[in-house]
Parts: sequence; structure tokens; C-alpha cells
Amino acid sequence: MKKLIFKFSILLTCLTPASSALAAQLAAEQEIRIGNGTEPRELDPATSTGVPESHIEDNLFEGLCSYDPFTLKPLPGAAESWQISADAKVYTFKLRQNLKWSDGKKLDANDFVYAWRRALAPETASEYAYQLYYIKNGEAFNKGKIKDAAQLGVVAKDAHTLVVTLEKPTPYFLNLTSFHTLYPVPRHVIEKHKGQEWTKEGNMVSNGPFKLVEWRLNKHIKLVPNPHYWDKGRIKIKTAYFMPIENENTEERAFISGQLHMTTTVPSIKIPHYQKLKKRDPKNAVYHSDPMLGTYFYRFNVTKKPTSDKRVRKALSLAIDRRLIVDKIARGGQMPAWSFVPPDTAGYTYPRTFLNESPTAKDLAEARRLMKEAGYPNGKGFPKIDLLYNTSEGHKKIAVAIQQMWKKHLGIEIGILNQEWKVFLNTVRALNYNISRAGWIGDYLDPNTFLDMYVTGGGNNDLGWSNKKYDQYIKKAAAELDHAKRLQYFRQAEDLLMEDMAVMPIYYYTNNSLVSPKVKMYGVDGKLRDWAGNLSDRILLKYYVMTK
Amino acid sequence: MVPVLFILATLAFFFVRIAPGGPFDTDKAIPPEIFKNIQAKYHLDKPLYVQYGYYLADLVRGDLGPSFRYASRTVNEIIAETLPVSAQLGLGGMLFALLIGFSSGMVAASKPNSWRDYVPMGMSLLGVCLPSFAIGPLLVLLFALHLGWFNTSGWNEWKDMVLPSVTLGIMYAAYFSRLVRVGFLDVLHQDFIKTAKSKGLSGFKIFFRHAFKGGVLPATTFASIATAGILSGSLVVETIFNIPGLGRFFVQSALNRDYTLVIGTTLFFAVILSFMFLLADIIYVYLDPRVRHD
Repeated sequence: MKKLIFKFSILLTCLTPASSALAAQLAAEQEIRIGNGTEPRELDPATSTGVPESHIEDNLFEGLCSYDPFTLKPLPGAAESWQISADAKVYTFKLRQNLKWSDGKKLDANDFVYAWRRALAPETASEYAYQLYYIKNGEAFNKGKIKDAAQLGVVAKDAHTLVVTLEKPTPYFLNLTSFHTLYPVPRHVIEKHKGQEWTKEGNMVSNGPFKLVEWRLNKHIKLVPNPHYWDKGRIKIKTAYFMPIENENTEERAFISGQLHMTTTVPSIKIPHYQKLKKRDPKNAVYHSDPMLGTYFYRFNVTKKPTSDKRVRKALSLAIDRRLIVDKIARGGQMPAWSFVPPDTAGYTYPRTFLNESPTAKDLAEARRLMKEAGYPNGKGFPKIDLLYNTSEGHKKIAVAIQQMWKKHLGIEIGILNQEWKVFLNTVRALNYNISRAGWIGDYLDPNTFLDMYVTGGGNNDLGWSNKKYDQYIKKAAAELDHAKRLQYFRQAEDLLMEDMAVMPIYYYTNNSLVSPKVKMYGVDGKLRDWAGNLSDRILLKYYVMTK
Repeated sequence: MVPVLFILATLAFFFVRIAPGGPFDTDKAIPPEIFKNIQAKYHLDKPLYVQYGYYLADLVRGDLGPSFRYASRTVNEIIAETLPVSAQLGLGGMLFALLIGFSSGMVAASKPNSWRDYVPMGMSLLGVCLPSFAIGPLLVLLFALHLGWFNTSGWNEWKDMVLPSVTLGIMYAAYFSRLVRVGFLDVLHQDFIKTAKSKGLSGFKIFFRHAFKGGVLPATTFASIATAGILSGSLVVETIFNIPGLGRFFVQSALNRDYTLVIGTTLFFAVILSFMFLLADIIYVYLDPRVRHD
């Protein structure tokens, strides 16, 4: 039996006509220029992995679902409706009738089958293929255990019906269909070109609100509206430039001079200045600090002395002043962290247990007691170990501060050591460290994106940590259909992780950006609103508009 | 030159592979099966000597291979797209350095130990001391943000060349200025100048006719070194002004372990440098008769 979950009314997809007063506010020239970090490695949605790439792909392509630009709630995209089976394993998507690629060719359910098979095919060698492991036989096919693509859980029942069968119920699957790895790609163009040449300027064909017209290395990528997009009436922006700017100072200067309307960074030294401006004139504020689905933390190697001792790890974690780090060093409006999963991740918030923002006298006494118990009274006899971080001024400042806090409160001398990014990754993977800096940005809105990392043998478990009970809770959460119960399992799992203090949370990331007050956004309801960021730092220009 | 490039390509090929980490290492671990697929796609699963063989075979045909990072481009394409920009920037910087350096050096030498000497020399001291990552933002602050004469960054119109060229060239202008001054003072104290003076020739004629060749000689030798400096300096300037040149790729490719792009840009800069050294030698021979007679 199938249960109808979502059926969106026509109303939602229709554009609410703009009132004349509103129209007067709009700028004559609808051009937006956005600072976009590093030069994109590629624009093939099946294989790309970076954020700058996804910013562009999100506007070039559209998956089965789209999403609300503020809340990220799934909305009908290429699919106008869907049904989910009672066991939550079979999704039947009804595609729109009039879907077209930006070159005018028709797009139907077979394009999705092709795209997903391609993303999973071993020869495509997609780093993000695992985003499709939720699909039945996805993992086996990607790893070459199944050769026949017909066995994948994605079937075009007819031109407008796509039936997707999952390995197990996946509560965030609809969100996932709006993620770039699952975007449709144009077979008729890809097969004409070698490798990724189909994504080049002049070749690239896409199905989203915009299409690519220029791609200049390290200069800009230019998008204009796609005339064949089903919801083109909603698009106000006429030209969009994504400009790769690696240097945050250069980016800020370009913003001040009006060459950019949005940045992806704010130099941390300038943040207090922008905060002050915001306080003075909140209406015309350009500085935005939005919560992000990510945590800045330190890893402990639990296989190496002295961090193999839980008491040592706990003492180290109790003795740092997170509030001070956030306010005086990181200075980007971050929040001191008391858990590994950031608060309010799909309704999940780990309660404040024993980690305070600033250590109390009791915390410090407890930390010293633990050190004594572990055999290092007042830090005596503590081995000389290093705190490892990847080369960056920001990480260095935090490391130095923490080094001092530990020296002051626990009497231990710890060295700090930096390594260049790729060297650092290798050192950490090889468990050749004691304490190392780390950061994790969630892939999707669910605690699982953080917690499944530390299951025994997990690909990103660089702690050497293993806990059978923990593994079980994560497994149970994956099989559980009831949301509240799932969260309960996650809670129990995180309890184990925190109790063992295998990772030391420091702060929850924020997304700092400068956005011109001229940039406004339409809600899904068609109402004009001030610009606001979202948890996953996604930019959906379809809803953007430039005002005077 | 060909043997030099061959040795360089070989060294670069092996050194970049010895460095820990590879082009496809990321903070989010890739399942081993997928990693294997990626390695296979770029022939990284083959023994090193086989990879080296492939690389040389392509190199002989002038093909520097696909970029490991920028999936849709080859190294040849990247160089072709970004080189003209770097060349313009380098030329602008060099022109500025030569123009300002030579003229101020000659002004200083024309009347040593007067204000005409002190002012340019004081400025040049400042120019040598200030690194481009300080000068660049200062110039932007003054001329772009405050006065609004230029854009803060980018590479779209001729005006965009001004600030980067000045930033790039200013240090070398300072060096040139000092070298030219010393060169001229040296020559002006020699006997043949005294002879010319006693013959009653005008100061102007002596300065430009008789002292010029000898006076600019030390600076000319330095010009090839300056070219090397300007080439490597362009990566800082390209970053400050967000210029889509080759310099940015030179550093980024090494950090990204983009093997083919590292070797490609290294070889390319080597070719340019060797050419510049050759050019400097030719000019030197022209200017200094002693070398010619050897």
C-alpha cells in the first residue's frame, strides 16, 4: 500500500505577481557578482566535491527535489510530486511534463536513470559516489560487486515516472535528491565529448534555472537564465558572476568598492568592525554570521600514550576556555561547543552536560584531579607530545591559546606542530599524532552525518576509537522509522563519544559573509525578504533579486 | 637547453610524487574502492617508471597532460589561457621598473649629494624595504577605495594593469635606480670623461653620449635577475589583485599536488628564464666592448 505524502498545489509553483511598489524597488540592471572562494575544479555534478563548485551547480542544475532557499525544506523540482511506500523504502517520483535541457532537448525519467548509473559507475570514479549508496545495490555496483546496472534501485517506469528503491529507510532522502551528485546530466552532450569536456563553456548543457555562458579560469563563471527552465517566470537575475577569489582581504576590498555583492569570507580581524557597524545601523548591515552545520574540534588519538587515557582526554577538554577562544581569537560569531553534533541538527540538540563555555573552578579542580589520577600530578611526568594542525594563521592562534591554557591550568608543556594540508591528512590517517585539529561540515541535515563517522572502521574515523555499543546505536538509528526514537539512539551514541572524550569540541562553525543590502530574496511564497543565509551555505539565485 | 629541460622535468616528476599526499587526498576519506577507480583513471595505479614513460612520451609531443585538479582542462590549455595575462602583468611591471629606475637613477647621478640625489635614493630605500604584499593593499586603499580611480581587483580593462604593475615593479625600480646611479658615478669618474670635459663638451652630451653605455651596464646584468624576480613575484601580486594569471597556478598546483600542472608550469618558467638570461647576455655583449673582444 502506498501512502500519499506530498502533493503540492499549483499555487506554490506559480509566481505571485509583484506589486507595483515592489517593482519600483527593483534595480534596472539585474546583475549579481558573488565571491566564490577557489577556482572550481570541475562542474560535473556527479563527480565534484567542493562548495564553490556546488554553488554554481545548484544554479545550473535541478534535482528531483528543489528546496526552500531559507529553510532548505525539500520542494518539488524536476519532480512535481512523489509517493513514499509504507516501509519508506520505495519512492515514486512523478516528473513534470514539460522538462527540457537548456539546449531545448526533452528531459525525462530516463535521464535520471542514466545520471545515477553514471555517478555510481566505477569508471566514472566519483569521490562522492557514496551519496548514492542509499539506493538499492548502489554500493555493490560502485564497488564492482554487481556489474549489471539494471539491478540498481532506480527505474524509469515510464517517461514521467521514476521509481527509486532504497537499501533502507533514509529520512533525509528527499533532501539528498536536491544534492548535486544526484542531479540529472545530459547524456546527449556527455557522449559527444571526451572526459569532462562537456562541462566547458560552449558545450555545457544543464536543466536548472540558469545556464553557463562563460568560464574563465580564475576570473569568473557567468550564468544567464535558462530559457527552457520550467519555472523561468520566477527568475529575476539576468546575469550572475561567480568570481574565484582566494584571498579574503582582496575579496573584502572588492566588496567595499562595489565590485562584489556577496562574499564567502570576512577577514577575522575586520569582524569586530563590521559587528559594530551592524549594531549602529542594523537595516543596512552588510555583515552576516549564520550558523552552519559544522564543528571545529580536536581529535585525540586513543591508541597512543598519553591520550589513550580517558582521564587525560577529559582533563584536557575541561581545562580550555571555549568562550575566550570564540570571542578573542576566532571572532566570527561562533558558538562555544559542548557537543560534537551542532545544536538543532534536524531537531537534534545534545544537552549541555559537563563542558562549560569557560571552565569553572570546579571544572579546573576536576581536571587536575583527573591528571593526578592518571599519574601526572601538576603535569609532572607528562610526556612531550605535539598538537598538530594544518598550516594556517587561524589554526595556529587557537593552538597557541590552547597550549597556554593547558600549561596554566594543568602544568603540562605541549608542543605545537604545523604541517601543510596534504602532509597533515596523511599524518592523521596514519594515526601518527596525539592531538590534532579537525573540522567537520555535515553533508546533509541529520545527526548521522556527524556520528556515523566514528563507527568502528569508519573511513573517517581517524581516532583509532572503537565502541561496540556506539556502533549498535548508529545501526539502530539507521533502521528506525520513528524520528523521535532515532534521535534517542543518536543521543545515546553521542553520550558514549562525549563520555570517552575521543574528540574535544571547541566551537560550532558560523558562515561569515558580507552581503550588499541591495541583494534581496523572494520567499517560496513570492514575498520579498531581506537576504538570509541557510545552514548548508547554499545559494539559489532563482529566488534572488537586486534592488536599488 | 633541451637536456636542461629534460633533467628538470625528471626531477620535478619524481620530487612532486615524493611529497606526502596525492592530488586526490581530501579531508573526507574516500572509500578505498572509489579511490582505486580514481587512481586507475589517472594511471596513478601504475608503477612509477611506467607513469614516467607515459609522461615523457606526451612531453615529446608537446603535450603536458591533463590537469589532475581541473578536470575539464589540460595543462596546455591552462597555460594558454593564463599566460597572456601574466605576460602583460610582467611586462607592465618591468616597464615600470625600468622607466622609474633608470630615470631616477640618472637624475640622482647627475648631481650627487644634492636633493636631486637624496630624494630618489630615499624613495628607493623605501621601495626596497616594502614587500609587495604591503604595497599592493596600500595602493588599493589609496587609489581604488579612497580616490576611486581604479578597481580594487580584477583584470577587465587597461586601467586594471596600473596598480598591479606598480606593485610588481616598485622593488625592482628601486634596485635599478641604485644600480644606475652607481654605474653612472663610476663611469663619470673615469679618465675618458675627464678628457671629454676638458674638450669642452656639454654636460648633457657627456652624460648621454659618453657615459650612458657604461652607466647602465650594472643595471643590465641585473635585468635578467629582475625578470626572474618579477616572474615569481607575479604570484603574490596576482593573488592580491585577483588576476587570472599563470603565477597563481604555479603555487596552487604544488599545494594541490596537481602533478602535471606542477611540472608543466615549472618547465614553462624554466624556458622563459633561460630565454631571459640569454637575452641579457646578448645585451651585455652589445654594451660592453671588453666582453665582445674576448
